[in-house]
Amino acid sequence: MDKTVLSGNEAIARGAYEAGVAVGTAYPGTPSTEILENLARYPEVDCNWSANEKVALEVAIGASIEGARAVACMKHVGVNVAADPLLTLSYTGVRGGVVLVCADDPGMHSSQNEQDNRHYARMAKIPLLEPSDSQEARDFTAYAFELSERYDTPVMVRSTTRISHSRGIVSPAAPQRITVPKKDYQKDAPKFVMLPGYARMRHPLVEERIERLTEEAENNPLNRLEKGSSKLGVLCSGVAYQYVKEALPEATILKLGLSHPFPLKLAKELSDSVEELLVVEELDPFFEEQLRAAGIKVKGKELFPATGELSVEIIREKVLNEKRETIAVPGDLPPRPPVMCPGCSHRAVFYTLKRLKLEVMGDIGCYTLGALAPLERIDSCICMGASVGTALGREKANAGAASHTVAVIGDSTFYHSGITPLLDIVYSKSAATVIILDNRTTAMTGHQDHPGTGTTLQGEEITPVDLEALCRAVGVKRVTTVNPFEMKKLQEIIKEEVAAEEASVVIARRPCILLSRDIHPPLEVDADKCNGCENCIQLGCPALSLVNDKARIDSAVCNGCDLCLQVCRRDAIYRPGEQTSPTEEGDKK
Amino acid sequence: MINKVDLLVAGVGGQGTILAGRILSQVALLQELEVKMAETHGMAQRGGSVITHVRMGKKVNSPLVPLGDADFILAFERLEGLRWLSFLSPRGTVIVNTQVLHPLPVLTGKVEYPGYVLEEIKDKTATSIQVDALNRDPVSRNSRTLNVFLMGILARQMPFPRETWENALELVIPPRLLEINREAFTAGYCLE
Ligand SMILES: Cc1ncc(C[n+]2csc(CCOP(=O)(O)OP(=O)(O)O)c2C)c(N)n1
Repeated sequence: MDKTVLSGNEAIARGAYEAGVAVGTAYPGTPSTEILENLARYPEVDCNWSANEKVALEVAIGASIEGARAVACMKHVGVNVAADPLLTLSYTGVRGGVVLVCADDPGMHSSQNEQDNRHYARMAKIPLLEPSDSQEARDFTAYAFELSERYDTPVMVRSTTRISHSRGIVSPAAPQRITVPKKDYQKDAPKFVMLPGYARMRHPLVEERIERLTEEAENNPLNRLEKGSSKLGVLCSGVAYQYVKEALPEATILKLGLSHPFPLKLAKELSDSVEELLVVEELDPFFEEQLRAAGIKVKGKELFPATGELSVEIIREKVLNEKRETIAVPGDLPPRPPVMCPGCSHRAVFYTLKRLKLEVMGDIGCYTLGALAPLERIDSCICMGASVGTALGREKANAGAASHTVAVIGDSTFYHSGITPLLDIVYSKSAATVIILDNRTTAMTGHQDHPGTGTTLQGEEITPVDLEALCRAVGVKRVTTVNPFEMKKLQEIIKEEVAAEEASVVIARRPCILLSRDIHPPLEVDADKCNGCENCIQLGCPALSLVNDKARIDSAVCNGCDLCLQVCRRDAIYRPGEQTSPTEEGDKK
Repeated sequence: MINKVDLLVAGVGGQGTILAGRILSQVALLQELEVKMAETHGMAQRGGSVITHVRMGKKVNSPLVPLGDADFILAFERLEGLRWLSFLSPRGTVIVNTQVLHPLPVLTGKVEYPGYVLEEIKDKTATSIQVDALNRDPVSRNSRTLNVFLMGILARQMPFPRETWENALELVIPPRLLEINREAFTAGYCLE
């Protein structure tokens, strides 16, 4: 039994390793994060978290120019950040193979949008590989390096949540790495210096390359026609292929593995051999539009949604008109949204911002949960780093906005893309207040290290960024650091900095409780003193609830932080062993 | 050889549903079946509602169990058992840990935790096994064994030899935690 079970992300890492990749880079992002984490387990590969996706791709490009194979991994929106180098990398081509792995998130399980990144392959005019299970994730990734070097092009491997986070069988069980010697470094300005004069010489090569790649796609075994009934033909790629196989086992299928450039001849062959042609694709009508442009009659988005994920059921319903009876679940079940953990370092900040009635330009991370009830203290969240720029924009449109607005951004997000807008805050003489939630980790995506933590991906110690000094160096004069669990002090500082007529940064520093394990015995409520005012409930802590008009602390959930004790005005919450001063009523009992 | 088994493992982020899914996929591999499973990662893991799909059989395509197809639902919390019930086949079995975990909207008093959950599950399913796992040995001593205890109950209902499950445990669980988890598995397996 030479098989093992791997997630798509593990399989992608293995494919890259097996292809002799020398350098791996990434910025974390669901559903792509585990690719680099797994690649880093192989000591032969030099892996590092990058500050953001643009840097990740640039480091991979550098490794390629040096003559080695390199892979850069990111979530779909990460490619927006890396798009600048990507689109010119297409012109320069590579020396060592370069593979960009991106993981899309149809259905937005953990994302702010569900953009379809296949468009990037088309815009950059580079080949696109779309695996449909773990085995292909491994095989296609390894093959991508070969393709990259053969056609002198970066190659994009596109996964989706259901590929990256599904586990399936991969064979063989043990990885077999090929040795790919590094090529010698060679200065080649016309190839790598994209001055207009040189770039004009490269662009025709890109056009010619995409033509040769089209020929490749027409003949490549990754694009295969699976003959079935002549009634129905289906064109599909990625996980949609699996849904089609299960829902329409009789159909003739054109499965695209090398899906850009589009193999139009193959598609015509399919269309000519069947009575009706369907395109089943998640998100945008990417294939459908190319078929229509070629005058091929096809059904696609008139049947299937352009939003969310597809499924076996949707295909059965839309194509076969078949809907199964299912057990009816009451429609009004309480939802269970994610919550900040008990003892989370972010909670105190949002509680304070709420108390001060400040408007909050938000950002992305665990702290985005501050947008949900009962805290409800975030007014906008666009993309990583946007908190700082949008706070500045509000002030520009309304000079008074800075006196009742703050930007809130996490530490990892700040290093990713918060520094550049902070430069603009200073440069624009803004009076904005930026609160950096420095919990010493990238918590949302599973606690990756970053330049501020002092630790590399391999656990090696390095000098961490001096965040205060960085903010001062940018030109911010008012930089204050506070432990957010000292809530009184936190409130005073925020009030003062928001009132100040120049730019300020407040660094709320306290390590994420899931890492620090700074856990204490659960707190308790003195029911005689509690008057049910709900001050503590407004913290939105999963350990706190109101039972018969009294606060209750669930000892199985409480991590023993003392935020509720701090916000209680009646001294009704205490640490066991540190009884509070008894009230008069209490005395009488 | 069995044709296919579809399962859902439902719970709350942090309860250990992913490990349960991995044990299941190991069992399938040992039985020389094809297996796929789809996991919940990311934001929902912070105390949100999480679901793992596991499918095994001669040939598995979609990693997601279609609605109305699941042979088993293993629920780590009662409300989560009810939430995913539309995935269960009319002949399917649901195994529910009767524990109640209040979601935040309930804790803050915005909505009420329904009182009808267990009855509703029982009424609507062909077979429902409801167990107060937290008060069973060894889960009562070590709540981290909840997932493997529930696995034991499920194993009893499935058409694979007990030995396969025990081998799978050994392959998936780190050695220092193996003893207590074996105990939990046996307790679940032998539960009357
Ligand atoms: C361009 C881009 N890359 C990656 C992500 C995924 N992502 C969302 S938030 C985040 C970082 C969160 O870390 P931090 O700012 O430190 O906040 P924390 O979760 O620790 O509170 C990441 C990596 C994204 N949404 N967009």
